[in-house]
Amino acid sequence: MKFSLSSLAGVVAFAAGLAGSTMLATAQSESEGIVVYNAQHESLTEAWAAGFTKETGIKVTLRNGSDMEFANQLVQEGAASPADVYLTENSPGMALVDSANLFEPLNADILAQVPENYRPTNGHWVGVAARSTVFVYDKNKLTEDKLPKSLLDLAESSWKGRWAASPSGADFQAIVGALLQLKGEEATAAWLKAMKENFTPYKGNSTAMKAVNAGEVEGAVIYHYYYFGDQAKTGENSKNIASHYFKNEDPGAFVSVSGGGVLASSKQKEQAQAFVKWVTGKGGQEILRDGTSFEYAVGEGATSNPKLVPLADLQAPKVEPSKLDSKKVTDLMTAAGLL
Amino acid sequence: MSNAPVVLAAAIVSLVSLLPVGFVIWIGIQTGWETASALIFRPRVGELLINTAMLVAVTIPISIILAVTLAWLTERTDLRGARIWSWFAVAPLAVPAFVQSYAWVSLIPGLHGLFGGVLVSVLAYFPFLYLPVSAQLRRLDPAIEDAAASLGNDPWRVFFFAVLPQLRLAICGGSLLIGLHLLAEYGLYVMIRFDTFTTAIVDQFQSAFNGPAANMLGGVLVVCCFGLLGLEALLRGNERYARVGSGAARDPIKQRLGLLAIPAFLICLITAGLSLGVPFVTLTRWLSLGGIGSWRLDLIGTALGQTIIFAVAGALLTTTITVPMAWLSVRAPGRFQRIMEACHYYVGSLPGVVVALALVTVTVRVALPLYQTVFTLLLAYALLFLPRSLVGLRTNIAQVPVELEQAAMALGRSPAQAVRQITMRLAAPGVAVSMALVGLGITNELTATLMLAPNGTRTLAMQFWSLTSEIDYVGAAPYALMMVLLSLPMTLLLYAQSKRMGGR
Repeated sequence: MKFSLSSLAGVVAFAAGLAGSTMLATAQSESEGIVVYNAQHESLTEAWAAGFTKETGIKVTLRNGSDMEFANQLVQEGAASPADVYLTENSPGMALVDSANLFEPLNADILAQVPENYRPTNGHWVGVAARSTVFVYDKNKLTEDKLPKSLLDLAESSWKGRWAASPSGADFQAIVGALLQLKGEEATAAWLKAMKENFTPYKGNSTAMKAVNAGEVEGAVIYHYYYFGDQAKTGENSKNIASHYFKNEDPGAFVSVSGGGVLASSKQKEQAQAFVKWVTGKGGQEILRDGTSFEYAVGEGATSNPKLVPLADLQAPKVEPSKLDSKKVTDLMTAAGLL
Repeated sequence: MSNAPVVLAAAIVSLVSLLPVGFVIWIGIQTGWETASALIFRPRVGELLINTAMLVAVTIPISIILAVTLAWLTERTDLRGARIWSWFAVAPLAVPAFVQSYAWVSLIPGLHGLFGGVLVSVLAYFPFLYLPVSAQLRRLDPAIEDAAASLGNDPWRVFFFAVLPQLRLAICGGSLLIGLHLLAEYGLYVMIRFDTFTTAIVDQFQSAFNGPAANMLGGVLVVCCFGLLGLEALLRGNERYARVGSGAARDPIKQRLGLLAIPAFLICLITAGLSLGVPFVTLTRWLSLGGIGSWRLDLIGTALGQTIIFAVAGALLTTTITVPMAWLSVRAPGRFQRIMEACHYYVGSLPGVVVALALVTVTVRVALPLYQTVFTLLLAYALLFLPRSLVGLRTNIAQVPVELEQAAMALGRSPAQAVRQITMRLAAPGVAVSMALVGLGITNELTATLMLAPNGTRTLAMQFWSLTSEIDYVGAAPYALMMVLLSLPMTLLLYAQSKRMGGR
């Protein structure tokens, strides 16, 4: 039996057609708006994007993922990246992308909107929001005098089997990054080793909080806003929860800066800059204050949700966000068997 | 007479299907022995290996016992309502594994670890064993059992020594399928908090994209899959199972259950209650809690539309590219053809996360224009579901007499026209089943979709996953319901086909 080459060509043409139409579709979406690699909570960035589109008419397409996934992805994509803007929950991802020289310097009017302590000195990216480390605990099991005084206390054997965290999340990895910067590699490795012995892993901070609430563990190291977010909804997963802020410039009082930056490879830099400007400006920061994200606003003169402990009262340690070493953190956590 | 173009087409597909394993080897070499061994031989990998091995070792025997019991009860006893129970034993296939797990975690929030993992896995996957075992039971020649009984064996001994051995192929095949699912599944185990290789690879991917640690774990996972394939080939044996003698086998006698009817009924009821009742109850509860407010029609509509488009396009592409191989393996068998066919099959045993890792890395480094395109995603689907498509096509092409093709050509059709107009039309039912199977797989696929999808893609599975990760179980419920509804007709098709295979 003989098949004409035309039938084979048909299959090839079919495949090529699919690929072609796809590329066309991608090209179209590029001309229609900007692509944001979004590692922030989807609901928050969706609110930002909606507000921005309403005001400017520029369409925003989100790709959702996590901080370090996108950071490493952007490094691999290099000049060919389809992304115009990169938004994170923490700073290490921003630092990684910046160290690969992939950011376009931000316009001066954007930088002017954010105080200096929430952005790196080189002006390649800015803080768009902030979040504080917190120890959420089960009110029925722990009283204030029994709480850990420092994040480092959780490595003690008395805490074995009593606390939880989400080690695969960028949030916790940022906290470890702060610990690394403050206490050095040796102390961090030792703490992580003890952590592996002591803690119970959960996937995601919400899940960890839910477990504390359900009495599965006594406490968890997460960020502050999960409690408020749940209280604003049904409160079902936080009714037994109280939050403990370490303060005292402890590593556990680390305040993590969420970043935003424009990619140098972007073909629509103007729109991308406009988006970052909007997010750090009045509109974007008001969404942080009035919405259900409960993250801290960082804009010049912007106020956070009144329910939160004021940012100034948190006594956070001095951490340089642009020097958080994510690579070292994942290596140390992989070595400790946490990843 | 030349098959060259068909062979070429099949060879191209075979080569592409070697891509994931080629990738694992290539990246292994690139990583270098020192780094690779440091990433492979570490305690964490040991933990994952133990977890994964325990999961497989506990889930499969329980599934075998459950599936064989149910199949026996519904096919070979006078159990009341056997038809309904047999449908209930297949229906869990319409509940995606991660929805099953979502249902259980909603019901028992503290459910976790090996016990939880095994419980939900058995409930989600036992139909993969029930289907082949019950079909096989229907086909058995009762004469063998008569002979065994006439030699003085009581019914229990007849079952264990005359019936069970004849179910070996069905049990081996079904167990392999379950084993591969256990290795590949992501969502189910994340929700139940049980770490396997697949969950650890995704953790690494989220922490470092396609870093060496993720790739090395992927390599170990591929070795595990091959281990399962090898084990199955070993256990399958090569005894003869075809009946000898002339004429058709008569219908098997239905055993009378007598007093055992009550426990038998309870077994069926409990299984259906756990595998269908729990998802039904929790879904209903979340849906009613959410009320009309959780039906964000714009979002759900987009996700539903995208899921259907992916499922249909993926099923079309997969079926199209398997036609050359299916046709060759029926019309022109040979050694080369067998090697190519093996390539088609092995790739389907790989977890989505491995195929996705390979395609992400290859497209971003080498084939950049294809990066983050629908085409790459569809290609991943095609690779993952090649065997599903090939099995259906092959059987149905084999049933079309070659003489019809020849007659068509004698009447002036070109060979391609003859195959298209005669063979493919007659094989249409098989094509439909293959496409349904592939579509079912795509509808519920999560990991490869998350890693490869073009910007702005929102499938039902993605939306469901993103909502459950924020423990918004109410908001996730409509998506879970849509996935179940989409999967139902495809499950029905599968059920109908297995009945037909069994001769009814």
